[in-house]
Amino acid sequence: MKILQVSDVNKRFGGLQALNNVNLEIEEGAVHAIIGPNGAGKSTLLNCFVGRLVPDTGTVMFNGTSLLGIKPHEINQAGVSRVFQTPEIFEEMTLLENIMIPAFAHRDGSFRINAWASVAGDTEIREKAEHILEDVDLIEKKDVIAGSLSRGDKRRLEMAMCLVQDPKLLLLDEPTAGMSRADTNNTIDLLKKIGERRITKIVIEHDMHVVFSLAHKISVLAQGTVIAEGLPDDIKGDPRVQEAYLGGAHL
Amino acid sequence: MDAILLQILNGLDKGAAYALIALGLTLIFGTLGVVNFAHGALFMLGAFCAVAVHQFLTLEKIALDPDKTTAWGSPLEIRTPYIEDWFGDFGATLIDFSVPVSILVAIPVMLIFGLAMERGLVRFFYKRPHAEQILVTFGLAIVMQEIIKQIFGANPIPQPAPEDLRGMIDFGAMIGLDAGAVVYPWWRMVYLLFSGLMIGGVFAFLQYTTFGMVVRAGMADRDTVGLLGINIDRRFTVMFALAAIVAGLAGVMYTPILSPDYHMGMDFLVLSFVVVVVGGMGSLSGAVAAGFLLGILQSFASMNEVKAIFPGIDQIIIYLVAVVVLLVRPRGLMGRKGVMET
Amino acid sequence: MNDMASNTRDNLLMVVFTAAVLTMPIWLTPIGAGYPDLLQKFAIFGIFAVGFNILFGLTGYLSFGHAAFLGVGSYTAVWTFKLLGMNAVPAVFMSILFAGIFAAAIGYISLRRAGIYFSILTLAFAQMCYNLAYSVLTPITNGETGLRVLNSDPRIFDRMFPSQDTDGVLLADFFGIELTGYQGFYFCAVLLIIAFYVSLRIFRSPFGMMLKAVKSNQNRMNYTGLNTRPYTLAAFVISGMYAGLAGALLCVTDPLAGAERMQWTASGEVVLMTILGGAGTLLGPILGAALIKYFENIFSAFNEGTLQSFFSFLPESLREITVSVSSLFVGEGWHLTLGVLFMLIVVFLPGGIMEGIRRLIALFGKRGPGDGAEAKKAGALPAAAE
Repeated sequence: MKILQVSDVNKRFGGLQALNNVNLEIEEGAVHAIIGPNGAGKSTLLNCFVGRLVPDTGTVMFNGTSLLGIKPHEINQAGVSRVFQTPEIFEEMTLLENIMIPAFAHRDGSFRINAWASVAGDTEIREKAEHILEDVDLIEKKDVIAGSLSRGDKRRLEMAMCLVQDPKLLLLDEPTAGMSRADTNNTIDLLKKIGERRITKIVIEHDMHVVFSLAHKISVLAQGTVIAEGLPDDIKGDPRVQEAYLGGAHL
Repeated sequence: MDAILLQILNGLDKGAAYALIALGLTLIFGTLGVVNFAHGALFMLGAFCAVAVHQFLTLEKIALDPDKTTAWGSPLEIRTPYIEDWFGDFGATLIDFSVPVSILVAIPVMLIFGLAMERGLVRFFYKRPHAEQILVTFGLAIVMQEIIKQIFGANPIPQPAPEDLRGMIDFGAMIGLDAGAVVYPWWRMVYLLFSGLMIGGVFAFLQYTTFGMVVRAGMADRDTVGLLGINIDRRFTVMFALAAIVAGLAGVMYTPILSPDYHMGMDFLVLSFVVVVVGGMGSLSGAVAAGFLLGILQSFASMNEVKAIFPGIDQIIIYLVAVVVLLVRPRGLMGRKGVMET
Repeated sequence: MNDMASNTRDNLLMVVFTAAVLTMPIWLTPIGAGYPDLLQKFAIFGIFAVGFNILFGLTGYLSFGHAAFLGVGSYTAVWTFKLLGMNAVPAVFMSILFAGIFAAAIGYISLRRAGIYFSILTLAFAQMCYNLAYSVLTPITNGETGLRVLNSDPRIFDRMFPSQDTDGVLLADFFGIELTGYQGFYFCAVLLIIAFYVSLRIFRSPFGMMLKAVKSNQNRMNYTGLNTRPYTLAAFVISGMYAGLAGALLCVTDPLAGAERMQWTASGEVVLMTILGGAGTLLGPILGAALIKYFENIFSAFNEGTLQSFFSFLPESLREITVSVSSLFVGEGWHLTLGVLFMLIVVFLPGGIMEGIRRLIALFGKRGPGDGAEAKKAGALPAAAE
């Protein structure tokens, strides 16, 4: 069962062909990594999945429906959550509030004037949020203002914000970018733990250590084109990949 | 044809005032990233420099003429300005030309005020949210307004243009239309010329001096310029003072057209902000173009023929244009991407 | 357990607030504010500021055009008086409705832009309303003279149920109770309490949390499946309705509506009130509104004579100087006081009076168990501003 099907996607920015006939199929329940050198079009591709960009040509199908021309919040409501390169969280609010907002969005839809209800009185949402915070080991900090967290904690918080929505597809844009080795390992552990929930994940990553310890399948993007695709071991040994990505220098 | 020409001319001087204020506003915004709600008050302060100079020049010596009496039987007072008493005809000319002479006073006053304002208040707000910048400068504008009101009173104080420039030009006759079809006051012509010079001066300064080049670079990317080891902050202070001078001189020269009162700044500020936004935040040429454009549009909208079709259009035209421009071209006519969007 | 505690705290707040508002005539008398005209203004502008705070305090959208809704509310109220009669209830209802419709229309367009562009759009709309009210809309607004109720107006219900005296000055009533003086104040006070309660509920609701999220991070909201536009529009309309209510009450206590109410300085005033008290706090806007109205009424009534007696304890020469300096700030010059105060608050206390109170409480170490989160927030703000 394919959860996401990308066919013949092209995207051009002025004179730059950012995506060139990209085809991609994501298996449900898989962890699919997209790797490639800087400027290969990885983030552009991801932005086409969430409605931030619209491809010039081609189709993006999610669970059999097209995602083209659909607004970001509608795509999220359909079951796609996204973790950003720099954590996008509600900096001025507490951790608990940060989790409750997506929980409300998941339960009540994209807009609802429930101005007469009480946040504190909604035990269902709060318990769900606290449960997720326990999963990511942030429960002791639930009343802390999110802006004061470390980078690693912010990333975990953002993942928790996505997880509380029970997404069908989770997009991770360089989840360990700018992190210390310890934080990176924590994140890998966390992602593995999430893996138990069998959420389909697309990971864009630079760090080979992360990619090879998580991914079931890898697509290699170079200059806007998928140049190789396969299991981690195949990719490791593929000379084309080494040529394009690593310039044949290491591995 | 001549009616249209007349409206264009009528719109130009108001447009010139808008353009000068908007130029300063957008200069301050572009360089310092500060939304200056006290900019209209700077315009007003300049105008009152002219008032003060005129009042100073016309300080009168009172002498009693023992030979003549008034109708009430008291000795007739002879009032002569000291300046005339001391310098004779030269003094009289000085009084006649008090508005242009005020420029010499207004430049140092605005310079000092601008520097003090930037160093003493505005610089603490570079990193604060726009809402707070608006509020603190709004508070300053109120304070300036009220102080001027305490000193000069609440009523408008008319300022005469120099006598030779009080008449009208028969503009129509000059370009071959019927005599008297398009007449235009000389002083407004002077104002147009003057604002043209000021705008040209500011652009030339930014374009052709090293200082200006650094400032323009700073407007485009402040952090990078700072990293190059250039003390951008001090240059921005100077830019602030320059913007204050531009606004002040615009105010000085505008006094014969509109008698200054203490709240004239606020009236111009709101419109100038609209002008800045229509021109595009942070775009200098946009501000100038939009200033003249809106001035002319406003004068067209106040034609009776137009008002007959759209009643009240003269009252709202500027705001209407602002709304349309913002909705159709969100960044204004010439605005850059990403400026002031959050 | 958690929600029980916060519930109790909110109930206590409501009780204290209600008691404080209703007893204002008593406890404000010592500072010279215990007369109905001023108390009415406290309540009315309190409502205006509470509503403005729902937009600005929660979502961060700075509207510079809310006076337009105040004006719409006032004109609607007077027209309701003219057409239906002097009962305040339909006037209040119609004003809220019309202000809401206006706010929906203006908000729908203005909210397409954010930041200062939004501010300018709202300012442009308010100025258009103001200019039109003075010019072409004179048949509706009666231009510079202002709109008032005339004896010759239809006033359908008044004609159907004529009361004893129909020939005096026409005043608004609440089913026969004339709303002047203290009755007028209590009518406004009850509505202020209701308005405050609604605002409290909104603050504590998921809806209110979404509005705070709008201020915090719209990008995250979109990728979290939330549509921000209707949330901001709802907040805009609600705050417009509050402004309409305030406008109606201005006419209930004095049935005259003038266009100057819609001028942009009036919009600026409500921004001031909210910031002065503390944007985003529950009580702050009311405190700010009361403080500004207090300054306006008390300080502007001061004159040199009052100052002379006030500083009578000083020696002669010193007194003259003090009086002449301080006379700049009172009477005609109270705006100067306002401007200075404003700058001081923005420079030194951007969180407004409420933040000042919080800092004071923190200083004395008497942090209540429930204030922890809020105090931490206040503590986090200066750090974020660095």
